[in-house]
Amino acid sequence: MLDALRQPWPWYVAGPLIGLVVPVLWLLTGKAFGVSTSFRDICAAVTPGRFEYLRYDWRTGAWRFAFVAGILIGALIAVTVLASPDPVVGISEATRADLAALGITSRTGLFPSDLISWRSLGTLPGFVVVVLGGFLVGFGARWADGCTSGHAITGLVGRQLPSLLAVLGFFAGGLVSTFLLLPLALR
Amino acid sequence: MSTRVADAIPRREGGSTREPEPVAARTPAGLLLRSLAVGTAFGVLLVKSEAVSWFRIQEMFRFQGVHMYGLLGSAVLVGMAGIAALQRLGYGEPPGSGLDVLPKKESRGLNRHYWMGGAVFGLGWGLLGACPGPIYALIGTGATVFAVALASAVTGAWTYAALRPRLPHF
Repeated sequence: MLDALRQPWPWYVAGPLIGLVVPVLWLLTGKAFGVSTSFRDICAAVTPGRFEYLRYDWRTGAWRFAFVAGILIGALIAVTVLASPDPVVGISEATRADLAALGITSRTGLFPSDLISWRSLGTLPGFVVVVLGGFLVGFGARWADGCTSGHAITGLVGRQLPSLLAVLGFFAGGLVSTFLLLPLALR
Repeated sequence: MSTRVADAIPRREGGSTREPEPVAARTPAGLLLRSLAVGTAFGVLLVKSEAVSWFRIQEMFRFQGVHMYGLLGSAVLVGMAGIAALQRLGYGEPPGSGLDVLPKKESRGLNRHYWMGGAVFGLGWGLLGACPGPIYALIGTGATVFAVALASAVTGAWTYAALRPRLPHF
């Protein structure tokens, strides 16, 4: 049993379980599932009253900090008790070939350590991917009023037009990064 | 926990709908523990599904695998079914009236901030290969370099707060 759980979970098992997070969280807490509001809450806690957007009691997001703390604990469980025996993520050979053509050859782990590591932060590709990428994720998620969890999952579950527009935006931006910015940064 | 699940959410009685009561005010410790528990399950799911993997995000944006599409698509379908089931059990709005158990995003005009902000988010997602949930999850896996990504993301959110009056909305 544990051996089976240690394997990577196929999308048709993990996807439905992720979908259940929306109704289960709502039933247990009355809250709508979304992660990126935590970035706003952190800002509101650190620089309260500086901007109108941050003028509220960040403690209204206390439940979300507990949720986020849970994400860290769950992730730790997933790489210890439930650690996969094979450290290679089984992406398609076509993707491997494309990445190799860009100079990304590391295969093991959840992300390419030749691109994303403490040491790579000082290089142009590492800086672009981690620092600029993170900045755009935070800025864009707040401008769009939601991220993958709030729009692509909760919003689409609620059949909300704004969320569909946001998800189309996610993909447009992701394609530009994948086929333009990333190759430029890795040149 | 002393409170039962059913106490957390008011049920619809006789067709009238009450706003969900502020659970936090009533059982703050219970609310935090429940949030922590669901978050823990979500963290396991994010990592075991490989949704936190930069490689999987690249495969998705290159349209070279079904994994991420299946993951998100099945999550949305099951989420819809779950919410519909809750409505049938008497929670929130009745079925067919729209999903008012979850907050509505305001929709008007060109809705510019949703797709413009979404595109900026997508630029970041394509580079970093992780969205907010996975950023936290990756830190939890011990990949401490993602704390830098988190600090950048919070800085991005702060910059949005500063520029907000000058950015298009709707």
